[in-house]
Amino acid sequence: MSNLIKDNALVADEWTRVIPPSLGDEVVKKQAGKVVLFKLTGEPTYSPAQIAATQIPATGKVLLPLTVWQANVEQLASRMAAGEIGILIATHEPLDSLAATFADINELPLIAVFVERFPDGRIFTIGNLLRTRYGFKNELRAVGDVLRDQLFFLKRSGFSSYLIRADRSAEDALASLKDFSQPYQGAVDDALPVWRRVDRA
Amino acid sequence: MYKYDAIDQQIVDERVKQYRDQTRRYLAGQLSDDEFRPLRLQNGLYIQRHAPMLRIAVPYGMLSSKQLRKLGDIAKRYDRGYGHFSTRQNLQLNWPKLEDVPEILAELATVQMHAIQTSGNCIRNITTDQFASIAPDEVIDPRAMAEVMRQWSTFHPEFALLPRKFKIAVSGTKQDRAIVQAHDIGLEFYRDSNNQVAIKVWVGGGLGRTPILGTVIRDHLEWQHALTYCEAIIRVYNMHGRRDNAYKARIKILVKALGIEEFKQQVEAEWVHIKDGPNTITEAELHRVAQHFEPMPYETLPAHDAGFDSAIASNPAFSSWVKRCTHAHKQSGYRAVTLSLKPHGKPPGDISSEQMQMVADLADAYSFGELRASHEQNLILADVKLSDLFAIWEKARAAGLATPNIGLLTDMICCPGGDFCSLANAKSIPIAEAIQMQFDNLDYLHDIGDLELNISGCMNACGHHHVGHIGILGVDKDGSEWYQVTIGGKQGNDASIGTVIGPSFSAEEMPGVVQRLIEVYLKERTDEERFIDTVRRLGIAPFKAHVYAEKEAA
Ligand code: HEM
Ligand code: SF4
Repeated sequence: MSNLIKDNALVADEWTRVIPPSLGDEVVKKQAGKVVLFKLTGEPTYSPAQIAATQIPATGKVLLPLTVWQANVEQLASRMAAGEIGILIATHEPLDSLAATFADINELPLIAVFVERFPDGRIFTIGNLLRTRYGFKNELRAVGDVLRDQLFFLKRSGFSSYLIRADRSAEDALASLKDFSQPYQGAVDDALPVWRRVDRA
Repeated sequence: MYKYDAIDQQIVDERVKQYRDQTRRYLAGQLSDDEFRPLRLQNGLYIQRHAPMLRIAVPYGMLSSKQLRKLGDIAKRYDRGYGHFSTRQNLQLNWPKLEDVPEILAELATVQMHAIQTSGNCIRNITTDQFASIAPDEVIDPRAMAEVMRQWSTFHPEFALLPRKFKIAVSGTKQDRAIVQAHDIGLEFYRDSNNQVAIKVWVGGGLGRTPILGTVIRDHLEWQHALTYCEAIIRVYNMHGRRDNAYKARIKILVKALGIEEFKQQVEAEWVHIKDGPNTITEAELHRVAQHFEPMPYETLPAHDAGFDSAIASNPAFSSWVKRCTHAHKQSGYRAVTLSLKPHGKPPGDISSEQMQMVADLADAYSFGELRASHEQNLILADVKLSDLFAIWEKARAAGLATPNIGLLTDMICCPGGDFCSLANAKSIPIAEAIQMQFDNLDYLHDIGDLELNISGCMNACGHHHVGHIGILGVDKDGSEWYQVTIGGKQGNDASIGTVIGPSFSAEEMPGVVQRLIEVYLKERTDEERFIDTVRRLGIAPFKAHVYAEKEAA
């Protein structure tokens, strides 16, 4: 069974996520005795060697890291035109480079945001900006350490699909999309704060 | 004060339901410790040295007598019969059971209370001046805006998991009592040259291990934009604040790293996009909320009351209580009363269930059924007639709530420290108690006058030691407990961070160290000088010399 929630239902996942191979040369950074858990803004996700070694399936819908797409624009142009390319960015990647790569961001049927650890709340701002600033209208998916207790916030931040972490039940997670019926503030899913939404007088 | 409508009630009820299920999943092993941690923290639940600690929100310090009775009742049934008022206008329970917390939250919801966002890396309880609406120097009552902001920040989806906790304080007085400069965002309301309500916005203040006072990011912001401007600030912080090191994750570090000019430019660039958007506060919404904060139905009274005046003249104990524990009021014939939660020899801020019931009765009888919690960890009856003060004093005294030490050395701020807190380097409550016992002579205390002494058990600075006139910080040296002393810190408009006087001391030395600091002050002070003024005039040298001279001689 797929662990994908889309439009408030469990659905099959048509997309294959392409992950550059690990070449065993990653640097583990340490700080104050601890492994650094969050990449800071602007650090590269994959090395050029990893990108070059990435195998892209020849057919079907594929979800590619932005850097992998950038290295294969020409080869994949027809598949892009056929709507078979989705782009994945990590929470530390600047949105400007995503936007600069596409003349029209809505060429993309899917943008996925990868969150390595669920407490990384940058994903919410990224969702918000993709919708409100960059005008992205198609499927916006959360992938990675995606857990039910963040779903309500993800939904309100503009996400439309959620690939729940493999060891958790997506079916149970569905319930959390309805945690609150009338939230206070305006956000992406409903721009109006409650006082403009209903008459509270 | 603010009363919930059906929407507010639904939100807290749904929260109880959500948290009940989260606790169930945790206990059933379906949520790991790491996954449950932010969920419980955002509901105020810490796991502490002895037991969990539950922090209950008292939004901007306002409490009704009904709520206080409920808190007393909860403390009795689910805890050991007492609670602890903290420096952030919250009430903490030190011994609840993790399994009981959903039930406690359900009880709280019946009196329009909750523990939402009292901890965790999110926007915390918004704090303000405990004398809001009654202080003679108040320009704008900040409570309606504080409530509008409370609602906006509650479950704000974009800011649910920030790099670190985020604290906002609001103030509307000439003399800042909300320490806006020591918050991640401080909003200072004032009237601009067109007599419109405007906001001076401070950003990047905070205590903790890197104490920094905030910087002004905007001198003039129209009140309508309070939410969108805060969103712009927090958005920049959410994207760029450090997440790799919890000690460098507060917004103050980002502001410092970028410089205020660059930070401001990024905020303003963000704000352009959301300014005038739907979260812009409307006149109608502010008005709806402000209706809950209408002035109390005061009686028209003369500025003097004969019975009160004669009680003062004939009863020195009453008179010294009035001097320390009552405060000027906007309304003629009224005073505000501080009930001291700092009796000598007890943990500062602690209050028993019985005392809570009794304070609730006082509020009903004498102060329109409302109370406030102050960041100095005391309770306040805001609207008391002069003619009622004597009766209140007698009742409060019988309940141990009338120690006339407000603003004096023994009215100290103290964190739970090593007795309760797993992060502590050292105990703090026994130090507070030892100092209180050392200065148990009220005449001497009054002679020393205004003095703020703040104690934290570690550099997280829950006891605000940096801004104490005397600050005491628990430090760990080779596994034993030591105390570092700073002097010259201050909160308020002319806030400053204290200076360390020298090597740290053992617990037994501490009362003597404070004693010697006071001796220098008493010797050097000019007529009108408070302790802090003398320190500012002379610097730390004479204090240091006297404290360490005796240490070496000994
Ligand atoms: C007993 C358990 C407690 C724990 C585990 C705890 C933990 C912490 C930690 C880790 C910080 C530092 C965060 C940072 O600066 O990044 C902090 C700050 C703070 N805590 Fe606590 N705390 C506790 C109790 C209290 C109490 C009882 C109070 C009030 C009396 C309090 C008030 C504060 C305040 C005001 C700060 C902020 C200082 C600042 O502005 O940086 N805490 N706490
Ligand atoms: S200052 Fe340190 S010891 Fe005191 S409560 Fe805070 S974290 Fe605990």
